[in-house]
Amino acid sequence: MPRGFTHVLNSSTLQPGELQLKVDNLHLSFGGVQALRGVSLEVRQSEIAAIIGPNGAGKTSLLNCISGLYRPQNGRIHFYNNNQEYELTRLKPYQIARLGIARSFQNIELFKHMTVLDNLMLGRHVHLKANIFTGGLYWGPAQREEIDNRRFLEDIIDLLEIEAIRKKPVGTLAYGLQKRVELGRALALQPSLLILDEPMAGMNAEEKEDMARFILDVNEEHGVTVIIIEHDMGVVMDISDHVIVLDFGAKIGDGTPDEVQRNPDVIRAYLGEEHNILQ
Amino acid sequence: MESGIFHTTYESDMALRRTPLMRLRLILVIAAALIFPFLANGYQLTLANQIGITAIGAIGLNILTGFTGQISLGQGAFMAVGAYSSGLLAARLGMPWWLTLPFSCIITAVVGAIFGIPSLRLKGLYLAIATLAAQQIIEWLITHWTVLTGGVEALVVPTPTLFGIRMNDDFNFYWIMLLLLSATTLFAVNLFRTKIGRAFIAIRDQDIAAEVMGVNTFQYKLLAFATSSFFVGLSGALVAQYRNIVNYERFTIETSILYLAVIIIGGLGSVSGSIYGSVFMVLLPAILTNLGRALGGVIPGMSRLIPFIQQGVFGITIILFLIFEPEGLAKIWRDIKDYFRLWPFSY
Ligand SMILES: Nc1ncnc2c1ncn2[C@@H]1O[C@H](COP(=O)(O)OP(=O)(O)OP(=O)(O)O)[C@@H](O)[C@H]1O
Ligand SMILES: [Mg+2]
Repeated sequence: MPRGFTHVLNSSTLQPGELQLKVDNLHLSFGGVQALRGVSLEVRQSEIAAIIGPNGAGKTSLLNCISGLYRPQNGRIHFYNNNQEYELTRLKPYQIARLGIARSFQNIELFKHMTVLDNLMLGRHVHLKANIFTGGLYWGPAQREEIDNRRFLEDIIDLLEIEAIRKKPVGTLAYGLQKRVELGRALALQPSLLILDEPMAGMNAEEKEDMARFILDVNEEHGVTVIIIEHDMGVVMDISDHVIVLDFGAKIGDGTPDEVQRNPDVIRAYLGEEHNILQ
Repeated sequence: MESGIFHTTYESDMALRRTPLMRLRLILVIAAALIFPFLANGYQLTLANQIGITAIGAIGLNILTGFTGQISLGQGAFMAVGAYSSGLLAARLGMPWWLTLPFSCIITAVVGAIFGIPSLRLKGLYLAIATLAAQQIIEWLITHWTVLTGGVEALVVPTPTLFGIRMNDDFNFYWIMLLLLSATTLFAVNLFRTKIGRAFIAIRDQDIAAEVMGVNTFQYKLLAFATSSFFVGLSGALVAQYRNIVNYERFTIETSILYLAVIIIGGLGSVSGSIYGSVFMVLLPAILTNLGRALGGVIPGMSRLIPFIQQGVFGITIILFLIFEPEGLAKIWRDIKDYFRLWPFSY
């Protein structure tokens, strides 16, 4: 089967529009709190799917189920790649990463004492082959792969315009730059599916615009499927092909941005919220 | 003065010693280490050997605690495993001393990995307590498994020889120590600029993100325990061969704490810091002792006070470092270098 995309930043083997992720009747609760109540959804190759909803709606919990950090009590998550179907609720987070599912976090979770380059290089982890012996001797293949992968990372550094800070420890960087580095680390994995949890939270308008441009670049030029949680409705309606609305752990809307904006349930859920979905 | 160095290839940008100045410094250090034994007296050589053995153990501990973030109070016990392995293999099986070294390292690595299993569930102080249990269990085994270890009696190790030459006199041992310390240092430095070492640091900084980026954190924690213990075992084995004698009292919880102090003072997560910390920790008591002797004539009763003063200074130093320079001597050394690099325009 031919690869859908030949570009290096994308490791999915699907063609645009093919079913890539199928979440089926997900239930997740923490003690008495029901974070997800029977959520089902589908994401197709090369689309940008936005997940929106008020605070505490269960958006992050859903992503955590996909990346294997939370185990739902009920339901299945099917993922398609390499001509195979994988059931994500049975896999560990590091196994899910090997399928090419990469993500960023709502509260930046970078390796703060490592440099930008090392953070990105850690994103290459699943592609590197050095073991304790070749690494400790910095011998042959271990040295070669360090240099080859460094070359690969320079492309991501160019794309994200972070040339000047590549040797800086990330803990010393401004918040907006850290968000950018976190996107870079996820891209370094060559994602088949890129998951971003509020990548623009706390940014000013200009930074948001940059971030939106990077996400669109990755999606349009490299064909990477993106799932994004975002509170800024302007951005969501602008960049996404597909919007999924959660409220109190249940899905109340699913469709194109236009359809969702006209959905009466969605409008009701957002009434009384400070951000009006109709704006 | 450097005005800025621009590398034209990734190879040179990623090399360990990236500037001529750095290379020169390395050559000077090597030259000094090679000339030292010909100039030093016996006492100074003894100190150097103690520093070397300590540094190998400290690098081992730093791999686990400083780089991977897994606090270990089992250092003493793991050294004991290395020391008893080496001593017993030589004394009971008649194995040549140099062959006991790799065996001791591997045995200690396996024991370390086994006692690292609690790190699957435990972090921080809870893991520290679990390693404290390892310390107690191993100590208990050594003192009670009398048939094997000789229990609380000291285990006498055959004198290590090579081609009929006694290897544990201070001059000869120095070369063994220097070779093994260099190898350990080089290995550790390389490890942390490749895949495995980076994953260790990632686990320390943010274990959940590491797991989500594809690091099998449990497997890597065990690997950190094994790698660390390998070198700690080497350090223990060297103690056995250097001293000709193994006694469990050298490897108690006090030793574990002392090594934690070495890497805190030297610099957590720094290979060179482990060496600076060892120099400091071996020389400080030696200097205090000599000072005490010199003052002994002036202040009566001084000789009896020395042990207390040593303990006190020791404790105060650790506290001062924790408060004022948590990154240790390695950071202080970096700052000094940075200052002189741009001197005299260092504003
Ligand atoms: N680890 C956890 N333990 C206990 N409760 C949790 C946990 N994670 C999430 N929850 C609860 O699940 C519900 C959904 O939380 P979640 O973080 O998924 O919301 P969200 O939609 O991402 O909200 P926000 O927009 O504020 O990020 C909340 O009530 C939250 O308190
Ligand atoms: Mg959230």
